[in-house]
Amino acid sequence: MSKTSLIIKREYLTRIRKKSFLIMSILGPFIFAAYVLIPMYFATLEDKEEKTVVVIDESTLFTEYGPEGPHCVLPETEYLKFKIIEGVPLESYQAGFDATGYYAVLFIPQNILASESSILYSTRQISMDVSGHIRSAMEQELEHLKLAAHDIHNIEEILAEVETSVNVRNIKWTKAGEAEESNTGVVMGVGYMGGLLTFFFIFFFGSQVMRGVIEEKTSRIIEVIVSSVRPFQLMMGKIIGVGLTGLTQFAIWIVFSILLIAGIGTAFFPELTRTPTEQVVASDLFSPGAVTPDPGTTGEPAEIAGNAGGDAEEQAMGTEAGIPEAGGGKITGDEMGLAGEIFASLRTIDPVVMILSFLFYFIFGYLLYAAMFAVVGSAVDNETDTQQLIWPVILPLILAIYVMISAINNPDGSLAFWFSLIPFTSPVVMMVRIPFGVPWWQVALSASLLVATFLGMTWVAGKVYRTGILMYGKKTSYREIWKWLRYSS
Amino acid sequence: MGILSVREVVKDFSGHRALNNVSMDVPRTSIYGLLGPNGAGKTTLLRIINQITAPDAGTIIFEGHPIGRDDTALIGYLPEERGLYKKMKVGEQALYLAQLKGLSKHDAMQRLKPWFEKFEMGSWWGKKVEELSKGMAQKVQFVTTVIHEPTLLIFDEPFSGFDPINVNLLKQEILEMRKNGATIIFSTHNMASVEELCDHITLINEAETLLQGEINDIREKYRTSKYRVVFTGDPDRLSRGLQKQFTLEGLEKNGTGQQATITIREGAKSDDLIRNLLEITEIKAFYEVLPSMNDIFIQAVTEHE
Repeated sequence: MSKTSLIIKREYLTRIRKKSFLIMSILGPFIFAAYVLIPMYFATLEDKEEKTVVVIDESTLFTEYGPEGPHCVLPETEYLKFKIIEGVPLESYQAGFDATGYYAVLFIPQNILASESSILYSTRQISMDVSGHIRSAMEQELEHLKLAAHDIHNIEEILAEVETSVNVRNIKWTKAGEAEESNTGVVMGVGYMGGLLTFFFIFFFGSQVMRGVIEEKTSRIIEVIVSSVRPFQLMMGKIIGVGLTGLTQFAIWIVFSILLIAGIGTAFFPELTRTPTEQVVASDLFSPGAVTPDPGTTGEPAEIAGNAGGDAEEQAMGTEAGIPEAGGGKITGDEMGLAGEIFASLRTIDPVVMILSFLFYFIFGYLLYAAMFAVVGSAVDNETDTQQLIWPVILPLILAIYVMISAINNPDGSLAFWFSLIPFTSPVVMMVRIPFGVPWWQVALSASLLVATFLGMTWVAGKVYRTGILMYGKKTSYREIWKWLRYSS
Repeated sequence: MGILSVREVVKDFSGHRALNNVSMDVPRTSIYGLLGPNGAGKTTLLRIINQITAPDAGTIIFEGHPIGRDDTALIGYLPEERGLYKKMKVGEQALYLAQLKGLSKHDAMQRLKPWFEKFEMGSWWGKKVEELSKGMAQKVQFVTTVIHEPTLLIFDEPFSGFDPINVNLLKQEILEMRKNGATIIFSTHNMASVEELCDHITLINEAETLLQGEINDIREKYRTSKYRVVFTGDPDRLSRGLQKQFTLEGLEKNGTGQQATITIREGAKSDDLIRNLLEITEIKAFYEVLPSMNDIFIQAVTEHE
């Protein structure tokens, strides 16, 4: 067995046998699942709290008198109710409002038509959802009233006919001339995950390399080892060994997380039990124009699809997009639920390209940074001394995260372009761009720059490392490291 | 031609010269002492021989050829700063280090067993190094240094940090290994161990070679024509009766009798002194006072500075 593989084996085995590896393997998926599930849990919590808003309607435009007394014309939702109260002055709510159990007071002044402003009073911060709902409901109601004032015959029918909802589907033409459905949100999500995972991997396992180097230095075994192997072999063995540990840990996490999210999802969020595939399969069972699985989102277009014009338009769209049998039972935008749309969008991302490029940027990004982390480790005597030296290593990584966030919204912009070429940021930034589709020459250029920089950086790191590991007791600066670089081998 | 030859080695570290044209020839199956004060460049030289650092100029010839990576399997090195992986088990670690020296796992296992028995370390195999005492860890370290049966052993300050029991063990092993054909280089500033073990030395001070050669030749060079005589009789008679070419340096009385230290002026012989002494006193013992390595060390270094 070659010496480098002996080192790799030792690094790998001692690491995966550690208790912390086991603990992280178990906890990691829980943390991961918590990231996904806790916001979902809170979202459902908030929705289910019923809120009643008292309406003081001085204009009486929003009040309707029924047999059970006055009630508000504003549309209610499952969790947001309105209650008209007459004859009670606004001021009387001000003191001790919390005791009433109401969420807020909506004050509609007499001159609402002219002033176009109303006020929501509450003792708490009013959520965006509630104020947004009230605003649009009032706007709609007032528009209706103003239209009605024009006294046009058949206004309701005209409005119903005019009512239009345009569904803009994103269809991407592939090189082969096929059309694919794409949902930007899904593609963004995939890119975001890819970039974030790469960042996390580099950061977490890069610093493990650094700690490993420091451990060898402080335990003083380093001199024994480098009397048997080249410092470069030791450094590369460690980097590769830690990298394999990381890949193993990730594989465990991914498998485990999927099981966990699926398990918890089934138990607590039954609506998630159907996988996207199942949902698409289910929606396939319905023929076009029939009742769609989710009337909430697709009800209106389905209605329009009932008349000839709409249908023709849809057919035209289908043929334009080059989908054979667009209206003939295949998935169309109309009948496809959100899950179906996600599924179709995921299909626009070539899994082979995605996985290969992910592995490539993941591995080479890690290798590039691990070499730099190794240098920092070799330059210090203990972990606390790493503080000042680590910044130049971490800074480009943090920059990559900032650029990544902007690149998600504009994957073909010049910022995203340049930072996906620069090797220190490309592993993260390019991962975000890949799901959107990147010209092959850009990927090739970025990849070769990354490999070249990795080779150069490893060479430089090897030179600094072999001097650094034998230095003790000095506070090292980058100036010192520059000197080491010029020592003869 | 010795087993190892260091030729005009120069090594600079940012602004200061650690080794300046240092040369040395290590005869086969010798025990070679590398002496010098702290910071003289001993460790740097040993690291260069171990190919841990490279010289800026000069060459190292090992077994007749410029030293290369393959030669590390024939060299055993015990650095001054000793250390093992603290979290790793003793047996695993010994196997790992032996494999890094080129042994197969099977051979390593085969060779480790007798060593573990000899040093009574059998029960430590599955323990982590951090569970061992310092003395125990030192034994483990020693075994890992010699396990691949190197022909050249390099010990950097082997006696510092080892407890007295382990120092004795180490000395015995050094002599034993020499008997079996190994060559040993060790650096030290413990002069007693040099006198006890070494047959050749090189003395380095401030990156330069000050003294070099067989230890007997060096002592010869530093002899001061000083003799000691243990006698019975009247000390006054001795001091009065000495001829002019002899100077009495001191007189002492102790349990075994009286002793005088006498130097001989250049040109005179020790036989003349004995004849002279026979006339004036009764000699119980007579011997030449050779300078100790300690004296030579201090004298050479002070003269150099």
